[in-house]
Amino acid sequence: MEKKKFDWKKITGSREMSLVIVLIVLCVFVQIRNSSFLTGETLEDMFRNYAVIFILALGMMCVLLTGGIDISIGSTLAFSGMAAGLVMRDYMIPTPVSFLLSMAIGAGLGLVIGVVITKGKVPPIVCTLGFMNIYRGLTYLIAKSQWVAAYQFTDSFKNFALTKYLGFGIVNNMIAVTIYCYIIFFVVMKWTTVGRRVYAVGSNAEAAAVSGININHVKMGVYTLMGFLCGLGGSLWTSLYKSAQGDMATGIEMDVIAACVVGGVSLTGGRGSVVGVFLGSLTIAIIGKALPLIGVSQFWQSAIKGLIILVAVVLNVLAQRTMDKNNLKRREM
Amino acid sequence: MATKLGRTIIAEQPFSWKTFFLKWEWLLVILFLGINVMNASLSEYYLSGAGLFNATNSFLEKAFVALPMAYILVLGDIDISVGSTACLSAVMLAYFYNLGVPMGLCIVICLLTGTICGAINGLILTKFTELAPMIVTLGTQILYRGIAEAMLGDEARGGLSNVKWFSNLYWGKVGIIPIMLICFVVCAVVFGFVLHKTFFGRRLYAIGANKLAAEYAGIKVQKIRMIVFTLTGTFAAVTAIFLAARMGSTRADIATGYELEAIAMAVLGGFSTDGGKGKFPGLILAIFIVGMLRYGLGLINIASQFMLVVIGALLIITVMLPNIKSMFKIKKKA
Repeated sequence: MEKKKFDWKKITGSREMSLVIVLIVLCVFVQIRNSSFLTGETLEDMFRNYAVIFILALGMMCVLLTGGIDISIGSTLAFSGMAAGLVMRDYMIPTPVSFLLSMAIGAGLGLVIGVVITKGKVPPIVCTLGFMNIYRGLTYLIAKSQWVAAYQFTDSFKNFALTKYLGFGIVNNMIAVTIYCYIIFFVVMKWTTVGRRVYAVGSNAEAAAVSGININHVKMGVYTLMGFLCGLGGSLWTSLYKSAQGDMATGIEMDVIAACVVGGVSLTGGRGSVVGVFLGSLTIAIIGKALPLIGVSQFWQSAIKGLIILVAVVLNVLAQRTMDKNNLKRREM
Repeated sequence: MATKLGRTIIAEQPFSWKTFFLKWEWLLVILFLGINVMNASLSEYYLSGAGLFNATNSFLEKAFVALPMAYILVLGDIDISVGSTACLSAVMLAYFYNLGVPMGLCIVICLLTGTICGAINGLILTKFTELAPMIVTLGTQILYRGIAEAMLGDEARGGLSNVKWFSNLYWGKVGIIPIMLICFVVCAVVFGFVLHKTFFGRRLYAIGANKLAAEYAGIKVQKIRMIVFTLTGTFAAVTAIFLAARMGSTRADIATGYELEAIAMAVLGGFSTDGGKGKFPGLILAIFIVGMLRYGLGLINIASQFMLVVIGALLIITVMLPNIKSMFKIKKKA
């Protein structure tokens, strides 16, 4: 009995729970103003459109966990999506091959970033700032500043974002991919040595190195993984919008980092969970979807988004402070 | 100054030609000369006085925000909201001008807006020291641009070029020297002097090198951070004034990406994002390298997309160079 009580307290006191409460309040508020919000159709639309952010947030979480940051993801996504789109335009490759190609390109780009950061000892923010420019420039160059338009994609590729075969006929393919990613990440980050190594490097790199973890390999791994997910995101993006443009996903890195931070991932490394990232991404998605529904002008959206991010991180700190204080009190008793 | 405290510490190493020539700044000087030679060979008009001043005027308005950005990097912090701050300040200026407020007052409003934006950054960061500056300024970046968008929507506010003296801030010249260049030189000298020759500058380095030690040494770390972030906001507004003077109108999407350009300039100039490193001459050289390179590539009509690749590669390679050297050294020992 007593043990169960303790667990309950632990759950209600956690960061995730406070975020859930905020989300529920937000949803109820929106639902009262506009009853079409909490319907299957709207929610499916929301998850479909924000699937890329949901997926990228997972990779970003891993990068942040090791104490790094990656602001080149928008460009990596654009490059891999564009490259796969161009190959599809010229050779009409089947959909799965296109996805694999995009993911392979993304992983390659991510690996380059990882090598420069670990071997070249360039600070992550500087390195990814540089690669953000380089990959974006290369995206325009390989495409010769053209688009890959809807009619140049195969039908099966365009239909990917509309059909449900990966979701066993229940949920849309985009959502299904997101769910699979979250399940895989949840298991890997929580219960495998690979996942625990990422946490170890982030929370204390020196201790991790002493205990036999090759820090450089882990770091290279997370940037490669980030690139891989960007490649996946690139394919999802092009199939969702049915076109590959040179400026696609510009600025998505800010949304993704915001999703992670709202979800409680620490920028100094070592702290963050898959559940938190899910809730953080959900917050970003709900803000983006709900504000137009309750009649907020689209021009107010980014102001409100910025304000919510600030409030969320400040509340997080306040919650952490009271938690620490309570812990101290318990020790005194 | 040091003798006043009762003792002298000789921290400076004896002068040697070898260390003198292995300095980071020499690399930048070589780059700078190389780019100028390239530009001169591309256009015969480049090396005339007017040509050179044309070149500097094409990028200097961004450089104003790179000066305080160097301070922020010395502190070990980062501010990615400066682009949005500049945008909001310029929007405020144009908004109030179109309401009939005289231009002089508009400039005051603009500077005030920037200062307040910077102060908000500083206030959040100093009250909640657990927060990483990256995330707070990310939030304010979205917020400030959002406010600008909410004010203007997708419209533009123009008519600023009707005030002759205002557009002269950018386009005007004293003799053949542009007014903006003079302003920049004055600002750069003041910033450089404060960083390298005053107590305040030394404190910045102390905080960047070791925040905790600085705090124990009696330096008011949070107060200094607050000052520097506020100053950055003010100078983002200065950038906004010159930008508005150049374009004569403002939209809610101007000055996008200025923060990254300012950081790139500072990092290229030898300021580390980890704090405590960097010298001002390097920053000035880096500003001119990036600006002249852009101008030169523009001269030969190279696609702006290719320019992105070149500037990105330049940034990474220059930061990597000293590390490659040390990598080989370690290999030799082992």
